[in-house]
Amino acid sequence: MAKAESRGLSFYYGDFRALKNINMPVHERKVTALIGPSGCGKSTFLRCFNRMHDLYPGNRYEGEIILQPDNANLLARDVDPIEVRMRIGMVFQKPNPFPKTVFENVAYGLRVRGESSRRRIEDKVEGALQDAALWNEVKDRLHQPAYNLSGGQQQRLCIARALATDPELLLFDEPTSALDPIATASIEELMHDLKERVTILIVTHNMQQAARVSDFTAYMYLGDLIEFGVTDELFIKPKMKQTEDYITGRFG
Amino acid sequence: MSAVPGPSTLMNVNLQGQRLARRRARVIRERLIELVLFFAALVSVFTTVGIVYILVKESVVFFEQVSIVDFLTDTQWTPLFDDAHFGIMVLLSGTLTSSAVALAIAIPLGTIIAIYLSEFAPFRLREVAKPFLELLGGVPTIVYGYFALLFVTPLLQRIYPELPGFNLLAAGIVMGIMIIPYVSSISEDAMRAVPMSLREGSYAIGATRFQTAVKVVVPAAFSGIASAYILGISRAVGETMILAVAAGMQPNLTFNPLEPAATITAFIVQVALGDLPHGSLGYQTIFAAGLTLMLFTLVCNIGGHMLRKSFREAY
Amino acid sequence: MADLKAQIRSRKRWDAIFALCGLLALMVGILTFAALFVDMALDGAGRLSWEFFTNFPSRRPGEAGILSAWIGSTLVMLTTAFFAVPLGVAAGVYLEEYAAKNWITDVIEINITNLAGVPSIVYGLLALGLFVYQFGLGQSILAAGLTLALLILPVVIVATREAIRSIPQVIREGSYALGATQWQTVRYHILPYSLAGILTGVIIGMARAIGETAPIITIGALTFIAFLPPAPVTSEPPFLSFEWLFSPFTVMPIQMFNWTSRPEAAFQANAAAAGFVLVLMTLAMNGLAIWLRYRLRRNIKW
Repeated sequence: MAKAESRGLSFYYGDFRALKNINMPVHERKVTALIGPSGCGKSTFLRCFNRMHDLYPGNRYEGEIILQPDNANLLARDVDPIEVRMRIGMVFQKPNPFPKTVFENVAYGLRVRGESSRRRIEDKVEGALQDAALWNEVKDRLHQPAYNLSGGQQQRLCIARALATDPELLLFDEPTSALDPIATASIEELMHDLKERVTILIVTHNMQQAARVSDFTAYMYLGDLIEFGVTDELFIKPKMKQTEDYITGRFG
Repeated sequence: MSAVPGPSTLMNVNLQGQRLARRRARVIRERLIELVLFFAALVSVFTTVGIVYILVKESVVFFEQVSIVDFLTDTQWTPLFDDAHFGIMVLLSGTLTSSAVALAIAIPLGTIIAIYLSEFAPFRLREVAKPFLELLGGVPTIVYGYFALLFVTPLLQRIYPELPGFNLLAAGIVMGIMIIPYVSSISEDAMRAVPMSLREGSYAIGATRFQTAVKVVVPAAFSGIASAYILGISRAVGETMILAVAAGMQPNLTFNPLEPAATITAFIVQVALGDLPHGSLGYQTIFAAGLTLMLFTLVCNIGGHMLRKSFREAY
Repeated sequence: MADLKAQIRSRKRWDAIFALCGLLALMVGILTFAALFVDMALDGAGRLSWEFFTNFPSRRPGEAGILSAWIGSTLVMLTTAFFAVPLGVAAGVYLEEYAAKNWITDVIEINITNLAGVPSIVYGLLALGLFVYQFGLGQSILAAGLTLALLILPVVIVATREAIRSIPQVIREGSYALGATQWQTVRYHILPYSLAGILTGVIIGMARAIGETAPIITIGALTFIAFLPPAPVTSEPPFLSFEWLFSPFTVMPIQMFNWTSRPEAAFQANAAAAGFVLVLMTLAMNGLAIWLRYRLRRNIKW
């Protein structure tokens, strides 16, 4: 069952067509990875899902992104981007904790929604930090600045921050490219646990990571979706020659 | 190899000698130029030294005749009378009251404008508003003084007819509006320096523009904004002409902005307008007043500078 | 889903409210400026005439003019520029191209930042104590010019440094690679390329200096001057005289201050006229600097 699906999705930066008619499902409670060489449009595609492009002038969407269970088109004109972002969370390439305490970082999403009950906030913060496998490391430091945490911890904090608001879909934009191997491993393990609860769409430039972490993989090249399939099948026996060239390292 | 250098070797030695001499001349010239430029840069240090020297020198003489306790605690300021009193509190009250009025306008409005221009305003509006604010801050203060005395005061008198012709309120209001550009431009620079990734993190959680601006950007730019406030304070305390013209030059120990009063700066102007024999106590008084002013603004400037440095290190 | 929409709408209302506040705050500044400008114009434009510019101040308001004031301002500005520009540019060049990162450089930079925040009246005290008396320059144009030069020095230095900093390192490397010395690089590359930026800073500094009143009052510029300083160009050899540097003088802001302090409405009209001229001058200079900066940003493509 697809949690989300892009139908005929094209995207324009001004006159430049960055995405060309992408049709792709995002299956519920599975990890879907987007791979491809630099500039292929995978981050652009990801950012369509939470309408991040709306923050900058001169951009244009064509096509639809349908979100289940209510069959809503996220890209519709009458849909407020804020509404979309309250259902879909994002974790960025470089950890970007706010200049606040650990607790306030995770609580931010709840406060922004107007949640005022202290009990409920504390419960949700603890729950999110547990889900992000960070609770034990920070439970004594909840009211210290988030900047005191290490890079890997900060990224897990950002994941907790996104989880605290119970998103239906989590977008990961190259979440480990700024982290060392040990932190990377812990985040990959985390994704494995998270997918039982949340659907995950991840962009990665690291093919091995895609192979390790994802259930489905999409290979993109210059704005086109070249191939989409079950990860094991795509990596072992790709259907398209272009996919094979990329995977075997002939370029990119 | 013969022991006697041949003609071509001799020529080479000559050329080498010339080259060496040219090189030495060049090096000397370069060093000299660098020295000249260095002394030009040192002028700023000389200026500070000069200011400190002259203020302290004259103040020392002053404090030989006026006890520092009297200076700080006397409640009258009548330096030019026979029964002279030197209570700096009188002048300070004028300075503090007018500055308080000014900052009550400049800080809120300056901050709001800064947040608006940095987070809300469309690009075109920003490009027009910023130069305009620069122009606002570039109007000569004597013109602002005239405006305060002959436009703002009559305007205020329509609301409150008992307002005296010279008052701290009109001067403070105009001073506040003059300081808005200082506060807003430094605050805005601080906010624009906050990386976009922080804003994206906030928007991605579903925050509105206002929530992002107030809960993420402003706290992130906090030390830059604080330094803007401190520099605004320093500017208000040091302002002279608006107060000399519109608040009157009568020393008056008061914290009520509806009254006329003299500030430290207006006092110095008043004395300078008169005839002061060099070396008289009256002459030295203005240096003592100036020293007080200088110490205060120095503390403000250093504080603001340190805050701005710490802010830059965070990013 | 519906109550989500409602919640978002109520949150976004704050966006609209704040945007309105921002515009209102800007309006305060715009309205003040407009009121000031119009007030000056209404009160003073009637006095603006050829006679106004060519008359000396007089006890009779109808005959008073700003001749001595604007000539004094011009002469003081010339002196200021004469000192501030070479010193400021030289200091800026030194700090950007020559200075090593040691404590001396730190001290210099701290001083410059500090001096930018010193109230202008303190510069007046410095001038009074040091220039007028200790150095014996008297209450003269030279003292005023020196004082204002020191006042605007930080502006010129900062503008020079920023202009130089925007020159990419590869240009310098290209010059050095051809065997040029440091000074040759500065003279033939750095200075010409940063000229526009420096000019912008100089104009802004001069605009500030023209409007400065407090330091000049403290030096002792007199407010009733019914004569002009001796002309710089004389009819007998050596054809150039520097007597004017040591002459008593007045400047535009002080003339305005003097007239504002008189209770007669007629003098206030004069003050408004003088103020109007001052505002136009500073507006023109600041506007020129802003336009220069704008052109700079568009034209320079490294």
